[in-house]
Amino acid sequence: MMKRIKRKVVVIGGGPAGLAAAISAKKAGCDDVLLIERARILGGILNQCIHDGFGLHRFKEALSGPEYAQRFIDEFRSLDIDVMTETIVLTMDRRRVLQVSSKAGLLEIQAGAVVLAMGCRERTAGAISLPGTRPAGVYTAGFAQNVMNLENMMVGKRAVVLGSGDIGLIMARRLTLEGAKVLAVFEILPYSSGLPRNIQQCLNDYDIPLFLSTTVIKIHGEHRIDGVTVAQVDDRMQPIQGTERYLDCDTLLLSVGLIPENELSQEAGVRLNPLTNGAFVDDTLMTSVPGVFACGNVLHVHDLVDHVSAEADSAGKNAADYVQKGKNDPKIRIPVTPGEGIRYTLPQTISGKRDVTLSFRVEEPARNRRVMVCDGDRVVKRKKVIRLHPAEMVQIPLKKDILKDVRSLKVYVE
Amino acid sequence: MKTKELICIVCPNGCQLEVIYQEEPGIKVISVSNNLCDKGEAWAASELESPMRHIASSILVERGSFKLVSVRTDQPIPLPAIHEVMEAIKKKRVQAPIVMNQVLIRNPAGVPTNIIATRSVDVLI
Ligand SMILES: Cc1cc2nc3c(=O)[nH]c(=O)nc-3n(C[C@H](O)[C@H](O)[C@H](O)COP(=O)(O)OP(=O)(O)OC[C@H]3O[C@@H](n4cnc5c(N)ncnc54)[C@H](O)[C@@H]3O)c2cc1C
Ligand code: SF4
Repeated sequence: MMKRIKRKVVVIGGGPAGLAAAISAKKAGCDDVLLIERARILGGILNQCIHDGFGLHRFKEALSGPEYAQRFIDEFRSLDIDVMTETIVLTMDRRRVLQVSSKAGLLEIQAGAVVLAMGCRERTAGAISLPGTRPAGVYTAGFAQNVMNLENMMVGKRAVVLGSGDIGLIMARRLTLEGAKVLAVFEILPYSSGLPRNIQQCLNDYDIPLFLSTTVIKIHGEHRIDGVTVAQVDDRMQPIQGTERYLDCDTLLLSVGLIPENELSQEAGVRLNPLTNGAFVDDTLMTSVPGVFACGNVLHVHDLVDHVSAEADSAGKNAADYVQKGKNDPKIRIPVTPGEGIRYTLPQTISGKRDVTLSFRVEEPARNRRVMVCDGDRVVKRKKVIRLHPAEMVQIPLKKDILKDVRSLKVYVE
Repeated sequence: MKTKELICIVCPNGCQLEVIYQEEPGIKVISVSNNLCDKGEAWAASELESPMRHIASSILVERGSFKLVSVRTDQPIPLPAIHEVMEAIKKKRVQAPIVMNQVLIRNPAGVPTNIIATRSVDVLI
């Protein structure tokens, strides 16, 4: 028979989100916290992100991914929190019963509260339906990052990058440093989807050109890719005839977006928001399933790990409070919705009884705007922003005093 | 007087600085705008005179629990020196165990920086 155990707080995923959530649950006084990670080591995606630029907000230092992760792993260990590595959560149901598989066999865990911190995965060629053959040499940028930085495998000598997301930009530099020729980065949108600093230090520094409103329309090659055809696109994203050109390459890296990894959440009946591909959450980061919380990239894709850690601090504490104090929150759900110029807002509901940080992304790049948070005609908060960009998550903290008597909130760009 | 647009890389804000400067007799910054903080000004001056960068890479480990140890510079290096420093990193082999922050290469290619480990690697058992 399968072994069954009971645990108070179970955190699924040992990346920066899971580590911070487990640490804060323990610090909030919960003596029974278990973290489950399917990989051999803790740290999640940060293990392969060997470039620097992590922790500028949290630690006021530019750390590499492994260094940033290590700070949390050290604290996690010093708090003596239970951990199971090389263990995968296979299923979860509405009553928070988890089926877990490890080397020791199968295990069933009844959790008092669960924190979802499974991260995200990359969109692949299939997900964006690239025409042409399916030869070897077409990789997602994160896969290339993983094999180059952890397995010492070089992916190719002449590469083209499709998509200007940060991972693609970072890999364009990494390949160049390792002696490959990166011909160009092509972006279908009229603006880059990576951080400006990465355009500077990953592309401009190495004279790698970035072509906007341009995409790969065909992949050539039988067994191994031997070239791509690119073309400019019009404002409906359709290729413009006569702009096609062929590039000779042995590698195509895709950096076309990330998708939160929510299969497990869906099985448990967690309602997902089509705008984020992550769970709908309230101001305690609790999902539609009572006692199940979410944070990090599984909730919405973050560009900065510092924000992941801050969000996870709060999810972990709230999960601990849920098992220890019970849910004493009155069932008030004030909706928060995206208005003009805003792609999504998070959390999707608030109670008005606690301080909350609204996170959101804009639809288009803009300069010198005001972001408004309104209850009907009443302005609850406004924030001047010098530069807005879809690649950068924006946050606005709201104190509970200004949320008194609020009936709904809408966020928009003025 | 000349004007140049520079993206500040000091923090994720990535301010698009507008720099007004003179080239004669030496490069001198006259004004910087669009910066959200003072660091942008210092950065613009050093970027015009001699751009400095940090680099990250990895070094092969013998008998380690990981095949590679991730590394970075502990001091920024001149942009044009990146290639030589990378060559020194590529040639290097190290032996486990390695502790985070350990200096693996001192002054690679004579450049005043150290290449330090950004993770610990145990001996493979
Ligand atoms: C290539 C890349 C470059 C980046 N560059 C920067 C940067 O320069 N600066 C910056 O601040 N941020 C950067 N980020 C963002 C930052 O690293 C991420 O936002 C952050 O790592 C997300 O943390 P997470 O814990 O949510 O997810 P992850 O780090 O992905 O961790 C999720 C963990 O959950 C585990 N897991 C998943 N499912 C299960 C299951 N069923 N059972 C058990 N375990 C499971 C996974 O194995 C993984 O370890 C970058 C991200 C990427 C991908
Ligand atoms: S000017 Fe200041 S805020 Fe702007 S990118 Fe540079 S360091 Fe960051």
